[in-house]
Amino acid sequence: MNNVFVICEMDEGKVADVSLELLTKGRTLANTLKCKLEAVVLGHKISGIEKEIIPYGADVVHIGDDPKLSPYTTLPHSAVINGLFAETKPQIGLLGASTMGRDLGPRVSSALVSGLTADCTALEIGDHEDKKAGKNYKDLLYQIRPAFGGNIVATIINPDCRPQMATVREGVMKKEIYSPNHKGEVKTIDVSKYIKPEDLVVKVIERHMEKSRVNIKNSSIIVSGGYGMGSKENFNVLYDLAEAIGGEVGASRAAVDAGYADHDRQVGQTGITVRPKLYIACGISGQIQHTAGMEDSAMVIAINNDANAPINKIADYVITGDVMEIIPKMIKFYKKNSK
Amino acid sequence: MGLKIIVLAKQVPDTRNVGKDAMKADGTVNRAALPAIFNPEDLNALEQALRLKEKYKGSTVTVLTMGPGRAADIIREGLFRGADDGYLLTDRAFAGSDTLATSYAISCAVRKIKSFDLILAGRQAIDGDTAQVGPQVAEKLNLPQITYAEEILKAEKGKILVKRRLERGVETVEGPLPCVVTVNGSAAPCRPRAAKLLMKYKHAKTMSEKQSQSEDYIDMSADRPYLNIAEWSVNDVETDDKWLGLAGSPTKVKKIENVVFQAKESKVLSGSDKDIEELMKELILNHTIG
Ligand SMILES: Cc1cc2nc3c(=O)[nH]c(=O)nc-3n(C[C@H](O)[C@H](O)[C@H](O)COP(=O)(O)OP(=O)(O)OC[C@H]3O[C@@H](n4cnc5c(N)ncnc54)[C@H](O)[C@@H]3O)c2cc1C
Ligand SMILES: Nc1ncnc2c1ncn2[C@@H]1O[C@H](COP(=O)(O)O)[C@@H](O)[C@H]1O
Repeated sequence: MNNVFVICEMDEGKVADVSLELLTKGRTLANTLKCKLEAVVLGHKISGIEKEIIPYGADVVHIGDDPKLSPYTTLPHSAVINGLFAETKPQIGLLGASTMGRDLGPRVSSALVSGLTADCTALEIGDHEDKKAGKNYKDLLYQIRPAFGGNIVATIINPDCRPQMATVREGVMKKEIYSPNHKGEVKTIDVSKYIKPEDLVVKVIERHMEKSRVNIKNSSIIVSGGYGMGSKENFNVLYDLAEAIGGEVGASRAAVDAGYADHDRQVGQTGITVRPKLYIACGISGQIQHTAGMEDSAMVIAINNDANAPINKIADYVITGDVMEIIPKMIKFYKKNSK
Repeated sequence: MGLKIIVLAKQVPDTRNVGKDAMKADGTVNRAALPAIFNPEDLNALEQALRLKEKYKGSTVTVLTMGPGRAADIIREGLFRGADDGYLLTDRAFAGSDTLATSYAISCAVRKIKSFDLILAGRQAIDGDTAQVGPQVAEKLNLPQITYAEEILKAEKGKILVKRRLERGVETVEGPLPCVVTVNGSAAPCRPRAAKLLMKYKHAKTMSEKQSQSEDYIDMSADRPYLNIAEWSVNDVETDDKWLGLAGSPTKVKKIENVVFQAKESKVLSGSDKDIEELMKELILNHTIG
């Protein structure tokens, strides 16, 4: 009772990375709270899935294996989780901030009238004193997340409602095997006990891979490449950096003209005007037509092998050197220090 | 046969285009520098509603917003772009609501509107980025939900067909009507204001707005009822106080830290491992990234 739960997500027959990351975090939280870590996996044809989960520190794995649970649809999953949570009374429930977690989490939290904090970047255990009510709370989950477009960082707590629920994005927490010999117990969920026929009203007709359209204007971090990137292939490191730090890729007109990037990524006078929180200009000289579209960015980092490139004048950080050397280092040191 | 569509739209500070003056010297958010706008993905939701209205003759689009008095702007903006009417849900009792208390209040207002076939919401609001209100409204109304919609392909004969945008692909799902659909930013952008509608609805006002007008204000709503924007307080919708506002919000903010941006004075770094690692650490520490 009152354990830490992680709702695991299946990704093409395997447990999704984000779930393993949450199990790693959940293990630490459970150790601090001196309680058990329990995992829930719902899907179809997933027998044996506990082998992927237990090494990450789960003491109990609840498995619901039923054709009604795959592919994912909201109501059958929320019916099972609501039922299971009502019986097992977790103190903490964690989900990935994926399309599934962010679809399921609010539905469950609404049904159980428990708080849910989306997209946390850190989770810690701590106490809280409510001076007005004269109440002291021990061992609450601090749900730490940026808000207001990243301009503030808030610590959220749920003093009175359980479970304390939070979603976390993939890549935010570290994934680490707890012990290859960890012992865990498997509990089979009797799915039919929870799912009613009316939960099956939404049907997945088809599913396929498709590239999404870009929208750099809505991104608070833009990694932008110029002619100095040298080739379309070299642009790939920009996508890697953008993915790692949660941004989009932009480009100068010279880079677009050279075919390194599509036109919908062009920043500047004849492209898009952006004012992100962070703009990283890679191999961009900084002609006025370009800077007109980005000079209001809150922070600019310029990477250029010319120490006198005009872009440096408006940059907060000037890195003098070769883009193809520096960007991979940024990715490496971001990953090393972000967990 | 037309559809009765409710669009949930929120007025939010424009946190995307923060620029240099977003933070004050003392490190607090400069709200004055952040104009109040129609939440971007709610505009995508409105566009889907307007397309359905064009496709299914006799359909109506109603904008429902909860917020302070000035959120009446959201209803007007909706009218300018093609909505038929709107409701402003406004009361001090709603102040301090987290997503659950917000969803509860909105679901009570929807119950009061009573007859509808479809509720559309944005995927998420840019002030909180939570993406919770849509699914929670669905749960409170005991309706199925379809999130991350990119296009509503069909809504007829009691069924809706929706293309959803997932992390790595797209999915087409079929669900029943009524239901709640949340619309993604990757959906079609909203059409601009129409000049004709702008003229027609320019003077649309809520009762509170009319009361705060100067004496020489001429109220034309007597023979033009469409100029009245319905305004509901907590007494107009059936609610249970314990689920409202701060009291009805399980989540509490314990602490707020402001992210302080550096002054513009370039720091010159070499490409050495040490310099780059220091930079990345600093960016993580001051929450610029991560
Ligand atoms: C009417 C008009 C409208 C325009 N509109 C736009 C617009 O909307 N947007 C826009 O971007 N431009 C626009 N331009 C073009 C603009 O004037 C510049 O030509 C363009 O911005 C230059 O792009 P760039 O900085 O990528 O290329 P370049 O000026 O060629 O600069 C490349 C930079 O990369 C550096 N570099 C080279 N190799 C490396 C390396 N290995 N590592 C690190 N750095 C390296 C170089 O030192 C140089 O500073 C417009 C021009 C006109 C006339
Ligand atoms: N106060 C509100 N009034 C109307 N709709 C809202 C309100 N808050 C949230 N919504 C709707 O719910 C969606 C998700 O909001 P959020 O959960 O805050 O990210 C928004 O895009 C709106 O469609």
